[in-house]
Order: sequence, then structure tokens, then C-alpha cells
Amino acid sequence: MESPATYVHFWFVVISVPNLLIIGGMVVLFVIALLAPFPRHKAVDTPLAPATPDVTGSLPDPAAEQAVDDGNWTRGTRNAITRRWPWHQLLPDKQPRYVASWVYMFGVGAIAALVWIIISGMILVFFGPTWWHVSNTGKFVNSIHFWSVQLFFAFTVIHLWGQFFMAGWRHGRALTWIVGVGIFSISIGAAFTGYLSQQNLDAQWIALNGKDAINGTGLGAFFNILDYGQMFGIHVMLLPLGVISLLVVHILLIRLRGIAVPIGWPGRFKRNGQEEREA
Amino acid sequence: MSRKKNWDQDTYYRGVPMAPYDLIKELVAALLIIGLVSLGLAFALSSPDVPSVTIQSWSTADPIDFVTTATAELAGTSDTAGYGPPYTDVSGVAQAIGPFAPQDFFGDPLHLDTAHEFVLGPLSTVSGSNDTLTSALATFQAATSDQQQAWLTAYTSALDSATAQNGQVTVPAGDYGPVTALMASELAIAQSGSLDGILLTSPRFYQTNYTAPLLFMGDGGYLASLADQQHLLGTQWGMMNETGSYPGQTWLWLFTMWYQVPPFDTADNADLLVVVLMGFLTLVLALVPFIPILRDIPRWIPIHRLIWRRSALAGRADSE
Repeated sequence: MESPATYVHFWFVVISVPNLLIIGGMVVLFVIALLAPFPRHKAVDTPLAPATPDVTGSLPDPAAEQAVDDGNWTRGTRNAITRRWPWHQLLPDKQPRYVASWVYMFGVGAIAALVWIIISGMILVFFGPTWWHVSNTGKFVNSIHFWSVQLFFAFTVIHLWGQFFMAGWRHGRALTWIVGVGIFSISIGAAFTGYLSQQNLDAQWIALNGKDAINGTGLGAFFNILDYGQMFGIHVMLLPLGVISLLVVHILLIRLRGIAVPIGWPGRFKRNGQEEREA
Repeated sequence: MSRKKNWDQDTYYRGVPMAPYDLIKELVAALLIIGLVSLGLAFALSSPDVPSVTIQSWSTADPIDFVTTATAELAGTSDTAGYGPPYTDVSGVAQAIGPFAPQDFFGDPLHLDTAHEFVLGPLSTVSGSNDTLTSALATFQAATSDQQQAWLTAYTSALDSATAQNGQVTVPAGDYGPVTALMASELAIAQSGSLDGILLTSPRFYQTNYTAPLLFMGDGGYLASLADQQHLLGTQWGMMNETGSYPGQTWLWLFTMWYQVPPFDTADNADLLVVVLMGFLTLVLALVPFIPILRDIPRWIPIHRLIWRRSALAGRADSE
């Protein structure tokens, strides 16, 4: 495979044999797909309409529950999602009156800051890592990135304080709390690799100072914080993907469970089949 | 069916007084407000960007420190040479808790021979038609290990009395063999900027890995002195600091704090101890909902009464 390819010359067209094979193969595959007989559908004669309940409405449909067990993975997944997240719950237009404190605002504040981190980060990565050191516009975009990160962490931590003192994990919300701690942890990694990607004195020193902690765990063999290319890739791709994915889960869990009642609220909550009193 | 009750928000909210709410409007407002605050801060305060140090700037600003470091790299006595995994194959130096030494688990995949990679290799690369350098290199490499160490030890001692003038380092007369010539050339290629490039050179054209030049600079005192001025040293809670007057990674306060207090401040395995401790504490934070006492703190310290001071009363009134 390492020797030079053979080229075919035809009129003004010059094409390598490997390229020709790929294109020829595609054409052959397309022709086979057009001509080959397709296996028959099992229940092709049975009309589907009455047996497939519409579960895209806003309320859970009892018929949809039964449809889960018919072996169709797609329908099962769709029904499970619709049962847990009906639209009125996913995009609510009302909320409990006890959600009446500024303390509740820091979660959405952190999300807003994250959006600005991502927007400014996409501009920075588009122009490349050197741009912001040599361009005033680049420096300004980097400054937005920098301050959005500061705001993100400030709001995330205040959100954590608020949820702690509201014991926001009550009534089946422990997973929401755990995912939140996960977001915070990955965010710290995302910020750390961002600081390593700055290409300035701060980045140099953080890499040298921080390497001992990573090396002490043995991870330094794979996660080399002195390798700029590795840190930059992890910073702009992997860790943001982790933060965003977990954030989606976090929000879906909040939309699933709703917002926990105040501590001391008159009890009527079922856990393990038992009434639980808040007192 | 009881599991299904848990998903059912309508059941959970039964009897809870509700208020009109517009999630999208709230999100858009948050985006605008946070965007304006970020833009305002960026406009008013900019962001930190103290230029990076190069081997060229280091060797020009502090040639004695540079030559001292290069000599240590050649003698194999620098921090990097004796670091152990993942850079060098030195046993018994890995951080450990009892028999648990994860630093040793994966060997030295980022192997560095400091004498060859930082000194002899770059000098061979540039020796070309420089007869003095070629001869010095040949003499050094032909000498016995004991002879090399004798020259290097003598030269290292002499560096304590070295003087720098016009960017050149002068040491008192002594028997240093070819080391004086080697170090003069090493300093020259560093000051010309060549060494910055050579240390990044690999058999590939594209370079993104700065492990070698960063470790070399880290072995010297110059970068650390700049970090000291910026309050970035580990002993200065540096991990949570930033250059200039900008806020740093304040969220690393606890991680940084452990290094300042016993037993971590004097422990040889402080990094491993702190990482294990922080891993454990993160796990504890994640599992707070299941840990008695910790999960009861919100009831004992009733900050929630401030948060729900109006709404809880409204709820109670409604339920009565």
C-alpha cells in the first residue's frame, strides 16, 4: 500500500486506481441495492394505525405503556421518553410558588455563562490558538471567554451552596445532585486544560507545577499536561462534550422530578411505598 | 407502580400552590444579562496574558542560571534526570502510600535522557563546521564516565563563583576538560534561539509537544523566580492564582490548601496524598444525599428559612 498508485488517463481526467475502485464500488453497491429483493415485512398485511397509539401528546397515554412490550425498540424508547418528559413538564409554564428566591436563579445563570463560554470558545478555536495573542479583537473574545468562565464557576458554586442548604436531593433527587457534582468536577478539568492552553507564562507554570500531582497518580503516562496538543484537544473537544452531556442529563432530571418542596412542607410524599413526612 | 409515581410530577405537586412561569423568557433574560456582564467585564478589565518564557529569553536574562541548569542536565543531576516515571527510569523515587505507588505502574513512556536530549544532541546538531565544538564533543564522549563526572563536578562547583558579562558566563580557572567549551556553545545556541527549536524537533514536521523544553526550563530557577513574582508558586497557594491582578482558579482553593498544612506541607508524597484525599472528598460531596449527619446539616443550619421565608408560609397557609 505504500508504493505509488497507478493512474488512469482518459481525455482530461486523471484518476488513481484506488479512487476509481472506491467510486466503482459505490456504483456497484447502489445498483445491487436497486435490484436485490428486500425481505418481506412480517406483518405487512396488518393495518398499523389503531395499534400504534399517539404518544406525542402532552399527557401520558396508558395505551402507550402497553405498547412498550411489543418488542419494538424504537417505540419502546419513544414511549419511555414521552412518559417521563411530557411537553408541559419539559417546557413548563407554571412552577411551584415556593420557587420564589434569587437563590434559584444561579443554576440558569451558570447555564447562561456556559453558553457564552461556548460561543466565545468557538470563535477562539476557529481563528486558532495564536490569534488572541496578536489581535485586539482576539484579545477581547478571549476576555469574554475568561470572564464567562469566572461567572460560570461563581454561579455553579453558589448554586451548589443553595442546593445544599435546601437539601435539594430529597424525594428521589439524589441522582440530580450526583450529576451536578459530576458537572462541577469535569468543569474543573475543562478549566484546567484551558489554562494549560493559554500559551503564556501562566500556562507554562501551571503545566510545570501541576505535573507532579498528575504524575503521582500514574496518569501522567497518558495525560501529559506538558503536551500542548493533547491539552488543547481535550480542552476544546472532550471535556466540553462531557460538561454539556451531563448538563443535559441534569436538566432532564430536574424536569422529570420537578423542584423539591421546602424543608418542613406538610408531608405526603411516597418513598418505598411509605408516606414520608417533612418535619 | 410506585416507581411510576416518582416520575409523575403532577402527583408530586398535588396541593402545591403554583404560579405562572415562562422558562424560555427566563433563559433568554439570563443569556442577555450574563452576556452583558461578560462583555462589560471583558471591555473594562481585558484578560491576563503575560508572555511566555523561551529558552532564548531565559538564557539571555540569566545566563548563569541557564548554564548551571544545562550542566546539571549533562551530569544527570537535574530534577528531571532524577524524577522517575513517567520521564526517567529511576526506581525508588515514585510517590507512594505504603506499597501503593501508582506512579510506577506504567513505566517511563515519556522517556528523556537529559544529557543527550538537552545538551549533547542539540550541540551535535549545530556542530557542523565548528571545529572547537566538534572536538569538545568528541573529547567528552570519548572520556570515561568517571572523567566526565569529575569535569562536571568541578565545573558545577565553579559555577557558584561564576560571573556573567555581556551574556557570557565566566568561571574561575580549573580542570573542566571540554565542559567549558560545551557550555559556551550551549549558551550560544540558547541565546540565538536555536535551542528553542531544536528541543521541539522530532522526526515529524508538526510539533505540539512541549514536554522537553518545559522540563528543561522547570529545572532552572528563572521561570520559578518569575512565577514567584506573580505569586504562582505552590507554597504561595499558586494553583488558584493568576498573573497580574486577575482572579485565578479560585475553585482549586481546597486542593491548594492541603499543600500548606501538615502533614502535606512536608510530605515527600504530598501530591499523591492530596489527590487521593481530594478524590475521596469529591466522592463524599457526590454522596451527601446518602450520608447521615452531612445530609442533615441543612435542617440544623436553617438557612432554608431565609430562602423560603415567603413561599413556605404561603404553602402552609394553603394547606391549612
